[in-house]
Amino acid sequence: MLYMSKILLRNKDIPNSQSLEVYTGRGGYNALRKALSLPQDDVISMVYESGLRGRGGAGFPAGAKWRMLTKYRVKTVYLICNADEGEPGTFKDRFIMEFDPHLLLEGMLITAYATGAHHGFIYIRGEYDWIAKILVKAIDEAQAHGFIGNNILGSSFSFFVDVFRGAGSYVCGEETALIESLEGKAGRPRLKPPFPAASGLYGDPTLIHNVTTLSYIPFIIGNGPDAFKSAGKAGSGGTHIFGISGHVNKPGIYEYPMGTTLRELIYEAAGGIRGGKHLKAVVPGGMSAPILKADEIDVSMDYQALNAIGTMLGSGGIVVLDEDTSIPMIAQKTAKFYAHESCGQCAPCREGTNMIKYLIDKIIAGEGTAKDIEQILRLCRYIRGSTICAFGIAATLPIAAMIKKFRNEFEALLRD
Amino acid sequence: MKNISLHIDGKYVQTPGGSTILAAAKQNGIHIPTLCYHPRTRQAGKCRLCVVEVKGLPGLQVSCSIQAQDGMVVLTHTERIIETRKMIVELYLSNGKHNCMSCEACGSCELQAVAYHLGIEKSDFPAVDKDMPVDMSCPMIIRDMNKCIQCYRCIIACNDIAVNEVLDMGYRGSKMTVVCDTDKPMGKSSCVVCGECVQLCPTGALTEKKAIGKARHWETEKVRTTCPYCGVGCQLQLHVKDNEIVKVTGAEDVEPNYGSLCIKGRFGYDFVHSPLRLKSPLLRKDGRLEEVSWEEALNFTAKRFSEIKQAHGPDSIVGIGCARSTNESAYVMMKFMRAVIGTNNIDHCART
Repeated sequence: MLYMSKILLRNKDIPNSQSLEVYTGRGGYNALRKALSLPQDDVISMVYESGLRGRGGAGFPAGAKWRMLTKYRVKTVYLICNADEGEPGTFKDRFIMEFDPHLLLEGMLITAYATGAHHGFIYIRGEYDWIAKILVKAIDEAQAHGFIGNNILGSSFSFFVDVFRGAGSYVCGEETALIESLEGKAGRPRLKPPFPAASGLYGDPTLIHNVTTLSYIPFIIGNGPDAFKSAGKAGSGGTHIFGISGHVNKPGIYEYPMGTTLRELIYEAAGGIRGGKHLKAVVPGGMSAPILKADEIDVSMDYQALNAIGTMLGSGGIVVLDEDTSIPMIAQKTAKFYAHESCGQCAPCREGTNMIKYLIDKIIAGEGTAKDIEQILRLCRYIRGSTICAFGIAATLPIAAMIKKFRNEFEALLRD
Repeated sequence: MKNISLHIDGKYVQTPGGSTILAAAKQNGIHIPTLCYHPRTRQAGKCRLCVVEVKGLPGLQVSCSIQAQDGMVVLTHTERIIETRKMIVELYLSNGKHNCMSCEACGSCELQAVAYHLGIEKSDFPAVDKDMPVDMSCPMIIRDMNKCIQCYRCIIACNDIAVNEVLDMGYRGSKMTVVCDTDKPMGKSSCVVCGECVQLCPTGALTEKKAIGKARHWETEKVRTTCPYCGVGCQLQLHVKDNEIVKVTGAEDVEPNYGSLCIKGRFGYDFVHSPLRLKSPLLRKDGRLEEVSWEEALNFTAKRFSEIKQAHGPDSIVGIGCARSTNESAYVMMKFMRAVIGTNNIDHCART
């Protein structure tokens, strides 16, 4: 039987969960109190030991990221919360921010305390305007009660948070593009190195985390790293919020331990395929995660298992496709999205995503040739790894997987 | 800085610490193709043609931006690298409108050169229709964005070298293009027409209006000279065909301008071949200007200076130096006024 464990969504269905009163009434900000009583390095160690990995999609170990910052404590350190949730099929961060904004703020406060940051920004996607208002209200409330501001809870720690709304670019979820955008420039990724830990916002050391990652911090500090680890499986500790959409009976967000199988999520949590149809394919972790065929859904949803079968956990946005779906049409939508969202800065991505879109459009229009399929695969192969940021990978992996796994569907559309 | 040593393509090479991989390769005679990199605009990391493989680092690394490290093992010509470069150049050719036959940049075009060296006769990708209007609004510069490869050189030139801050990248994705101010035609923008962008453009996207159709790059003789317009002494490269200046560029390897020029130095060369140009002194005789020899002109001037000085005193004469003159000429002018004429009435046009 599927066991739903709630770390992040435990307050979601409580009435008035956005208010400070409800949050503190359910034990909120106790983890912050505990953290402030500990030396900074102990807090970092707890996060390090928990094995928490970034939930934005890349899965970088959070503790390791924090440790990089410690040598820069003498400088101004910025903390940025990446709330630019733009990965198609992903809608986990918005629920945390909408229903439990103080959980995120507490996570940011503990993170800031441990890493020496005194100013934080929440970079939220422009479309989430009502959520931005919820966050601003929560920040004001926290500030009025001494959780944010100077000398928090009587300690020597001070921290301020600002909410910054993005302007609708997908690539601003990439950390250096986000920083550029936050600085008021066009959202285009920077060349790396230097990485934000060394030179980020305004050239100062910067720590950037996804909303979900930061929201796990209060649980880890409050309950200890082992409690977090044991909530998942080895190497992939904790839970994950899965946003299930597409042709299922009960689309929505579900928090389950890492290691839950994709089959369980689709057929038990989300109630199976709509209209009793057969499953054709699943995108397991947001649009940039390579697609899985129906016979691959017994995979355990964790970093290692998904990597082993050539895809990734990504942002946990699961898109379920039934038997009536045309994979080339999905490929067309994907290609259109990435061609539109490419920042245009580097040649392989700008020209390549546009060419992939052009070729898929050509195939869908019934004018494609076998060579066009080969050229798309060629583009997917060589755009990867040659671009400034990971966008090039995100744009090509899903297309290549769709062609590889459903090649017959593409071939059926060819002219000859 | 202390030298470091690394392996590039199996060759043991040395380079000063702090060099990029690209610089290290170049110093040791290993060619890595580039399009966005230029010594004056430095690394941009945009074209990704200079990608190399570095042992221990994932994916491909851009050699123009990554510092060479002691003991690094670098490969510059693996199959993956060559295929990536070919893909990029083919994409450039398919997504732009490049016709070497008619292009002004033919022969000096870096995209053409890279395509040649990679053995690309024709792109394997279908040509994507690109038909952006050619911006002819600037009196001196033609902007054909169909040939632009978004290398950022002109933008770095405009913002960081000339510091006119006119050009920037506008729009996103495949629609990304260089814009003047808020996407105005160049002739209606705040552009001061220094031409720095034209000189650094690797393709025919930015060309000089006056040079169109005059000569192919290889037909001209390059003559180094000093700009006659002011005392800075900018070094010019005249592009001369059949004894006619068809184009002027800044000499990039030398003081004081390292390639930069102003609108006059770069575009104001018509006077050289103008039939209206004065080639000998003119002296007004009976109300009409007549050509005379230098000897006659100087003798007349000296005579009149002496007469005026005797009749009205030395302070009746004022000398104003010209901004085109060098420090040395200005000094001589000052000396002439004080010692020969005997007045302190000496000034300079740049001060008034």
